[in-house]
Amino acid sequence: MNDLELFRDQIRLWTLKQLHHLGFGHYGGSLSIVETLAVLYGKEMNVTTENFKEVDRDHFILSKGHAGPALYATLALKGFFPMDMLLTLNQNGTKLPSHPDRNLTPGVEMTTGSLGQGFSVAVGMATSLKLSGSTHYTYTIVGDGELNEGQCWEAAQFAAHHRLNRLVVLVDENKKQLDGWTKDIIETFDLADKFRSFGFWSTRVDGADMEAIHQAIIEGKEQKEKPICIILDTTKGQGIPYLEEKEANHHIRPSDEEKDIIRQAIEELEKKVSEKEAGR
Amino acid sequence: MSMTELKLEEKEMRQVYSETILELAKKDPNVIALDADLMSSISLNKISPQISDQVINCGIMEANMMGVAAGFSLTNKIPFVHTFAQFATRRAFDQLFVSLAYAKLNVKILGSDAGVTAEHNGGTHMAFEDLGLVRLIPNATVYEASDSTMLRKLLIQNYKEYGVHYIRTTRKKAVKIYDENETFPKGKGKLLRDGTDVCIVASGIMVAEALQAARELEKKSIDAMVIDMYSIKPVDAELLTYAAEKTGLIITAENHNVIGGLGSAVAETLSEIKPVPIKRVGVREKFGQVGKVEYLKEFYGLTANHIANIALENLGK
Repeated sequence: MNDLELFRDQIRLWTLKQLHHLGFGHYGGSLSIVETLAVLYGKEMNVTTENFKEVDRDHFILSKGHAGPALYATLALKGFFPMDMLLTLNQNGTKLPSHPDRNLTPGVEMTTGSLGQGFSVAVGMATSLKLSGSTHYTYTIVGDGELNEGQCWEAAQFAAHHRLNRLVVLVDENKKQLDGWTKDIIETFDLADKFRSFGFWSTRVDGADMEAIHQAIIEGKEQKEKPICIILDTTKGQGIPYLEEKEANHHIRPSDEEKDIIRQAIEELEKKVSEKEAGR
Repeated sequence: MSMTELKLEEKEMRQVYSETILELAKKDPNVIALDADLMSSISLNKISPQISDQVINCGIMEANMMGVAAGFSLTNKIPFVHTFAQFATRRAFDQLFVSLAYAKLNVKILGSDAGVTAEHNGGTHMAFEDLGLVRLIPNATVYEASDSTMLRKLLIQNYKEYGVHYIRTTRKKAVKIYDENETFPKGKGKLLRDGTDVCIVASGIMVAEALQAARELEKKSIDAMVIDMYSIKPVDAELLTYAAEKTGLIITAENHNVIGGLGSAVAETLSEIKPVPIKRVGVREKFGQVGKVEYLKEFYGLTANHIANIALENLGK
């Protein structure tokens, strides 16, 4: 897992660097999907700069579009665009808007950010690939707060009806939405159970454990009858203790003190990454 | 356009829709027809057994259907989406806007049961706003089909042109306006009758009313021009300028709210390039209701008689 751990740390580092450079943004929900993006782009999916224009390959849609910075870090590390472009996040005229735009950013497959819609688009792609006889998979990351949207459950019914066994829905259960804890706003109850009752194969794993995420995907793919749903038990602000503990961590505009703390976290990650890079 | 008797066509608009989809789907395996549990309303059920891999009934999920269409477009398929006009626009507007238009994807949408033709489905199902909503979307193309020849040709044109296209139509029989050789380019209107005193610009079911109004006016020695402005966005500015310069008085006629649709498009265009008085016939500050088409047309003022009276009033006759 060494290379994958390095990739994960690089994604986390560059996610933080983008937001720190900008001075505000969706820290919490970007950090909670870092491990999942590392598994998808570092191990599971066959998406590369070379095959990106082809239809018959794996596909990924970030339905929880506000986590755009984490996707951008991943795509830059995969060579879709230069690393220094990451620091243009949300600047005037940028190709990296806070929510992904397929017409602006190399490697971004779909424009998302209006919650619930990316789930449907992934379902449409998976249906299209299935009808074409493709053996490739469509992956989407959906937020637990995003599941408030009724459209997600329309998409889930459609996916189950069409037995989309090559659709992998990863739910980032970081337990918070913009206004606070999901349990206080719209309680999710047992999401794995919910998806199972909708006709999915479903399991719940530690969303900070890349091996567990990967194993769950493999296990889901062994059955051929149902779409796959993996509930990722994550922490908003994952991997950065100060941000994990901060109560309101959906969209953060750090104070000067907090900026120092985040800068320290960046320095620590930079050190860790360069040590790992040296040890390769 | 000859001024022969206005007659209903033999085929219903829905039959023409499904036959055209069948023709396109047989020719091109990338054509996919999506519907939201209204397949039998638009006669797709009659052709779907012949192209079963290319027709998907999405169920009563308009929002999801728009997303599914986006997914098909991303994989180079050409989705044709049908549902009633108000579901395609009012209900799933953000999905149409973001997942299809803003994402710059390819989709052809048919909104059926335009305005009063929703008849006994009443106010919940009666869209007087759909043209306005889709017109607001950057680069979306908006048409209203006035007869089956036009509907068929517009569908084929839309198939060939990448982008978001919306066609509004009735499901039942239309009054026959065009013969089969007619063409309907994007951004153009059809000059159905030239004239010097007033120009009636109409679309959809109001085209036949406009032609009837012109006949009534003729009896009073008023020479009315009639335009079928089937391309509501982009609208035919050149033809409108010609009409404004020649007649100096425009009356728009639409089975739609006067805000946002054809009347707005004509007024917005001419006020910038050739301002003349424009009177808009259409629905004003009202919701839909149940009733037969003839009753509803009277109620909302969507008749030849009403158009002719507006012309007479404004010509000082």
